[in-house]
Amino acid sequence: MRNYLFILLAAVLLAGCPAQPPKGDDAVTKKDTTTTSTADSAGDKDAVQTGKLDGADKTNSTALTGGDQPYRKDAIHDANSPLSQQVIYFDFNASAIKSEYRDLITWHGRYLASNQDMKIRLEGHTDERGSREYNVALGDRRAQSVKRMLMFQGATKKQIEVISYGEEKPVGLEHTEAAWAKNRRVQLVYGAM
Amino acid sequence: MKQMLSALSFFLLVCSWPAKAVLDVEITQGTEDALPIAIVPFNWTGAPVAGGTEIQPGMKWAEVISSDLLRSGRFAPVAEKDLLSRPQSAENLDFKTWRVGGIDHLVIGSVSAAGVNQYTVQFQLFDVLKGEQLLGYSFTTSSLRRTAHHISDLIYQQLTGQKGAFNTRVAYVTVSRELGTASYKLEVSDADGYNPVTILTSTQPIMSPSWSPDGSQLAYVSFENKRAQIFTQVLATEQRTPLSAFKGLNGAPVWSPDGKQLAMTLSKDGNPDIYVLNLQNKALTRITRHWGIDTEPAWMPDSKTLVFTSNRSGKPQLYRFTQAGQRPQRLTFEGEYNASAEISKDGLKMAFVYKDKSGFKIASMDLETGIMDVLTDGPLDESPSFAPNGSMILYAEGQRGALAAVSFDGRFKQRLVARDGEVREPSWSPFTK
Repeated sequence: MRNYLFILLAAVLLAGCPAQPPKGDDAVTKKDTTTTSTADSAGDKDAVQTGKLDGADKTNSTALTGGDQPYRKDAIHDANSPLSQQVIYFDFNASAIKSEYRDLITWHGRYLASNQDMKIRLEGHTDERGSREYNVALGDRRAQSVKRMLMFQGATKKQIEVISYGEEKPVGLEHTEAAWAKNRRVQLVYGAM
Repeated sequence: MKQMLSALSFFLLVCSWPAKAVLDVEITQGTEDALPIAIVPFNWTGAPVAGGTEIQPGMKWAEVISSDLLRSGRFAPVAEKDLLSRPQSAENLDFKTWRVGGIDHLVIGSVSAAGVNQYTVQFQLFDVLKGEQLLGYSFTTSSLRRTAHHISDLIYQQLTGQKGAFNTRVAYVTVSRELGTASYKLEVSDADGYNPVTILTSTQPIMSPSWSPDGSQLAYVSFENKRAQIFTQVLATEQRTPLSAFKGLNGAPVWSPDGKQLAMTLSKDGNPDIYVLNLQNKALTRITRHWGIDTEPAWMPDSKTLVFTSNRSGKPQLYRFTQAGQRPQRLTFEGEYNASAEISKDGLKMAFVYKDKSGFKIASMDLETGIMDVLTDGPLDESPSFAPNGSMILYAEGQRGALAAVSFDGRFKQRLVARDGEVREPSWSPFTK
């Protein structure tokens, strides 16, 4: 119990800014907010309280955001876990991480830190506007921004691979702002080491 | 009405696609001062020699030459049905009739068999006003279209003073999507869209084709191994050489005009920067060092100076790099997005992608005066590529997934329509021997 609390505290201190549990629709994309956010908020509360009151299972020492084992290996496939959200979106011609994705990337970073046998490929993409090779460079900058945040949370270089496709692999094919917004993204693609 | 007309003309265009052309041309903006010229259908004289054929080859010489001259924007060839007469030799030319008909120049020619798949072609170009012959040639050939383009080149050079670029080729990338799977192809066709040859097919993106200055090879980027790699490929032998597969970006390959170096973008040292690979000793030299994006190198004719895109000011702008230790000189100041430069072979003009309120357009800049012209209407124009004689700029219209061309002064425009799928990233070949 004490052990668990200590590690939890240490994690909070080390991280500097503790990731807040997802509230409403600021952390996760609009589509699946209702289900994930309620489930996660509840789960998160449980985790924190359990840590304080009761000697929970000591093997589960990474803790923080949701469920009993928020960073268990299969969490990335669990629709109720925020880790199942694996796309980060960007503004036009920008590679800065928008504030609403900071928590999400933090959680993915901690997941990778807790599962050193997992690896991730960060695929950077842009919308179709502007020149093609510049967009490849821009997609790379986007993926590098995500990589830096993941490593800040303890993910290692070895676990992360970066590739930029620029505007070559759009998900939305229309020439509209809505399609462009969907295409300006970094996709987090998990795989085994 | 206008819309209906253009829909109709599109329909006609689709239905009249010749079997071997992958692209067809639609003139979208003509010029008023184009030279009127009449090209009379060439006469088949048969006259079989030993082993020769008595059958006329299917290609229509006058049609190929007329459409070459039309596409240049400098000529207004008379449609075949509107020809006043069809003289077959210089003897029975009635210059006065042509003069009255408003025709300045007249081309006549004839074809005869010269052996197995060999033909003798003769043509003459006349100045109608002066009533005299300007050119007269005879060729024996087996490659009919090339010879027709060569005749177009000779006529063009005689009447404009500028070398013709009809006997050249174009490389481009096509993409077709079916059931969520994309198929990327790198193709090379004649400059008029005929004889397309697929150089590479992949399920992963192919990008940035660039010609070697002798026209024998292409450099390009392929993601076939789920990462960006630069390859070169000899067109005649299909021999492929992987040239760079560093960690991170491997992009924007461009051959130097002297053929000895390849400029490219790599991010192996942390950021996208410009590097130059010496193709003889394989030495790699880093050209730019900046935390921002540096990419899309373009060579000046001296094979030393490079122009490139950088966002070091916060937004993408074009810079010129002369030598190590010197700060690159910024070239573009108008607008918040200037990228993807290409320099004309004489080093006087730069074509690039420029963004204004209504979108991304092709612009050109006189490199001596710094004066800029916006040449196209957008909204998603990209990948400008100069004709080797500098007369036209080929580019991609992202909105339509089609190629288009504009004269260097923006006055003449045409669209090249693909048979299927999307066409992008045109690269006009150098002059070939």
